[in-house]
Amino acid sequence: MGKATRDAYGETLKELGAIYPDLVVLDADLSASTKTQDFAKVYPDRFFDCGIAEGNMMSVAAGLAAAGKIPFASTFAIFGAGRAYEQIRNSICYPKLNVKIALTHAGLTVGEDGATHQMLEDIALMRVLPNMTVIVPADAEETKAAVKWAASYQGPVYIRMGRAKCDDVTTENTPFIPGKATVLRKGYDITIIACGIMVGKALQAADILKGAGITARVINMSSIKPIDEDVIIKAASDTGAIVTAEEHQVQGGLGSAVAEVVVKHCSVPMAMIGVEDRFGESGKADDLLKAYGLTAAHIAETALQLYKRK
Amino acid sequence: MAKLTAEEIRFIREKAKQLRVDILKMITKASSGHTGGSLSIADIMALLYFREMNVDPADPHKVDRDRLVLSKGHGAPCLYAALAEKGFFPKEWLDHLRQEGAVLQGHPDMKHTPGVDMTTGSLGQGFSAACGMALAGKLNHASWRVYAILGDGELEEGQIWEAAMFAHHYQLENLTAFVDNNGLQIDGKITDVLSPEPIDEKFAAFGWHVIHADGHDVSALHDAIEEAKTVKGQPTVVVMKTVKGKGVPEVEGQVGWHGKAPTEEQCEHFLKEVEEAE
Repeated sequence: MGKATRDAYGETLKELGAIYPDLVVLDADLSASTKTQDFAKVYPDRFFDCGIAEGNMMSVAAGLAAAGKIPFASTFAIFGAGRAYEQIRNSICYPKLNVKIALTHAGLTVGEDGATHQMLEDIALMRVLPNMTVIVPADAEETKAAVKWAASYQGPVYIRMGRAKCDDVTTENTPFIPGKATVLRKGYDITIIACGIMVGKALQAADILKGAGITARVINMSSIKPIDEDVIIKAASDTGAIVTAEEHQVQGGLGSAVAEVVVKHCSVPMAMIGVEDRFGESGKADDLLKAYGLTAAHIAETALQLYKRK
Repeated sequence: MAKLTAEEIRFIREKAKQLRVDILKMITKASSGHTGGSLSIADIMALLYFREMNVDPADPHKVDRDRLVLSKGHGAPCLYAALAEKGFFPKEWLDHLRQEGAVLQGHPDMKHTPGVDMTTGSLGQGFSAACGMALAGKLNHASWRVYAILGDGELEEGQIWEAAMFAHHYQLENLTAFVDNNGLQIDGKITDVLSPEPIDEKFAAFGWHVIHADGHDVSALHDAIEEAKTVKGQPTVVVMKTVKGKGVPEVEGQVGWHGKAPTEEQCEHFLKEVEEAE
């Protein structure tokens, strides 16, 4: 088990602080949890706690960007992408300002805090915004690469991170290129496309399927917008069926984004694994993932059923 | 603090008159737009663009310019009138306000309109963005200032008070806000809808330096701006007593003129009234 993506975020911000004198970091009273504290300790003059006022934080970030700064604004995904949605839309995306919205504690793996804190709709909300780039890193190394890329890019970026430790599936040599997915496992019978913590589980599912004589292609779709259409079209054509897996509502997220490409270019049967139109609840992260079907076993079982249908 | 001379006052009042003329013409032509709240801020807008702010129409993005955020973005016709009069873009653009394919949007769009410093329209957000700009200025030890114009109805947005707390906490002394206190919003009097009064006491309680001024007295407004420049460690708000629809007797103080455009006949009559006013 590797580090949590949020840990990698804090470390990377600290590194970037030395490279970009105009980089500033905003948080809404959660810097110990989002790990922006790592930056604040080294660059206290470029860290601004906005208090528990997320809407103001996003519009302040927009103003900073309009005056040439590179703001990273962080809080929990629910309070950033949820509460401050309209500020992100009107103050940041519409004028295409250079704000990085780096939110942590996405998904069920928030755990014990329960449904109010478990953001399961953010991918849907962020990817429908024009001018927005949406990234869901699969692990700590990919988080570092994505955050570094975001700092170098001019324009709004959403980076979705989690609280829990997750499997390492990339290395420091894996490039992060927006709009490019990575094929982590070759396979020709079925394709599993996943993002975030579900990428590690997709690889485990591929191991299970191998035992049943099925080779599953596993794709890490960390760049959800722009999405890698070519890799999806090729997967559909090579394997004839696609399963998606995400720690998010099945509506509107990665599964929908993949399906939008599939129905346009390469219609094949699909199955989508995610949270099925309901809220989360309190519990240990792993217990919740099991209870909501976000496991390698469930991905493998779903893939097997889909394989039989194709 | 240097006072405005009689000649400067006359010049700015002439500019304000011109803005009112252009506001009425463009809204009439568009058959759409916010007449009352554009007319009420014509004096502060004329003062800012033709006396106070360091801006260059030939270089709208110059780094050391003063910035204006029209947080009450529906007052856009007044901002456009000022920018066109200043030379940021041709006056002909005003004829295409709010039309499909035209530059001048219903609410300010910084990406496409030269001279617009911040995209606004969703109330409350511009004020926060102005705070962000002022913070950037402080970080850069820059001498430029940030001005924000807020509606009084806009003060009902919770985000305004988040921003007010923020500006005080980070000691944004380079930020001056003007509240267009015309007392009216779409649904009626602000005191009937959801009273933000007492505005001055609220800002004072949030740690702001508060100045009262007649929003149509350019000399008083100039003094307020000069006073704000001397304040250290806290932002300044100028609570401007204004008349919604100022300059057109039929429109003045009328709730119904918040978002209504004059007919061509009305416009002709209104223009005469504006031009004949002293």
